[in-house]
Amino acid sequence: MSENSKPIVIAVTGLNAIDSPGPGVAVIRAIRDGLNRPVRIIGLAYENLEPGIYMDAVCDKTYQISYPAAGAEVLYNALKYIHDKEGIDVIIPNFDAELYNFITIAPRLKLLGIHSFLPSFEMFDARDKLNLYAFGQKHDLKVPKDKVIYSVNDLYLIGEEFGYPLVVKGKYYDAVVAHTLEQAQKAFYKISAKWGFPIIVQQFINGTEVNIAALGDGEGNAISIIPMKKMYITDKGKAWAGITLEDEALIELARKFVSVTKWRGGFEIEIMKTAQDELYIMEINPRFPAWIYLSAGAGQNQPAALVKMALGEKVVPFTTYDVGKLFIRYSWDHIVDVSKFQQFTAFGNL
Amino acid sequence: MIKKNIATNEFGFVFNPATGDSYSSNPIAAEIIQLMKDGHSLNEIKKTLLDKYEVDKMTIEKDVDEFMGALKENNLLNN
Repeated sequence: MSENSKPIVIAVTGLNAIDSPGPGVAVIRAIRDGLNRPVRIIGLAYENLEPGIYMDAVCDKTYQISYPAAGAEVLYNALKYIHDKEGIDVIIPNFDAELYNFITIAPRLKLLGIHSFLPSFEMFDARDKLNLYAFGQKHDLKVPKDKVIYSVNDLYLIGEEFGYPLVVKGKYYDAVVAHTLEQAQKAFYKISAKWGFPIIVQQFINGTEVNIAALGDGEGNAISIIPMKKMYITDKGKAWAGITLEDEALIELARKFVSVTKWRGGFEIEIMKTAQDELYIMEINPRFPAWIYLSAGAGQNQPAALVKMALGEKVVPFTTYDVGKLFIRYSWDHIVDVSKFQQFTAFGNL
Repeated sequence: MIKKNIATNEFGFVFNPATGDSYSSNPIAAEIIQLMKDGHSLNEIKKTLLDKYEVDKMTIEKDVDEFMGALKENNLLNN
């Protein structure tokens, strides 16, 4: 096989294309569509029923890896094992909760020849839910007030200060709008049981939910910015349909974020736009969103651009995209022979 | 006047790319929007409709003004 026809081997996590989906399948689809080079995709799955393991033309091979709680060293050893077999060129983690480990081992992976394109710890921490309000204050960006709490008793005083409704959020995932103290307490227990502590209680902002998917080059430049309005939201708060927007204020906000953080990699900004056109940053997710394929559909293929930058290629910032491009997610019952399930469950690869 | 970036088609579909909102309008409303996009003033539009359709001036005045109110309410007009 000549050097040119040798596929680029790309490992991707987040294959859980379920009702609250991980971005992995969308990232892979965008790469396959837009990289214009042969690729071999290595899926990395935590659970044996992540749909991306079994879907056609998504992963060429999938390996099971341990949950992030196992630590960075376990992850490194697993990736080294997989790398020895597959020769990974680029790795794209897609979960908030796994990023800490991936950022930790990124320099060692680089020594093995595995490239990544991740934010630094400093960038990662700046947009953490725990620091977001201070980040907004520092850079003149609107962020709802919040309180970080460890005890359910703290809700009494916060309720008096913020008023109801207010938003109860987990450190990584989950957010519940609580209209009463009882609802807030229930959300506190439910979210802390699932995601641990602390719990973040955020002021409620009334408005239209708009999201931005963007890609920073690590030098302060935004390579791509795609704003999207959720048109249909599931009971888990996930976009089931959305449409690209033309809004210079949104683009400017994302550009400012990239400029002040020198963000490296993909990210998503969740925004609440009020009736007065104020833009409140609700959250900044340090990875591509599950709807990232819309960026490719609208003409700015962010995952493909990220792969190129991870490999050290210079990517020129996109300047245009299609406004009014929709994505509509759908459910699909994929039929799988039990032998495949057994193979993955028993041997941790497929 | 109507915002420059508002998209329409011949079936009366109206799309605001800044908000992602879309609307269905009836054929006359679609015609008014098209006339606005072509740069006609409100008075010119009213006169065009008056000449084209069998309708009295007072009804045209009232209907067009009401429609303008609806466009403004939906944030489709320039401030």
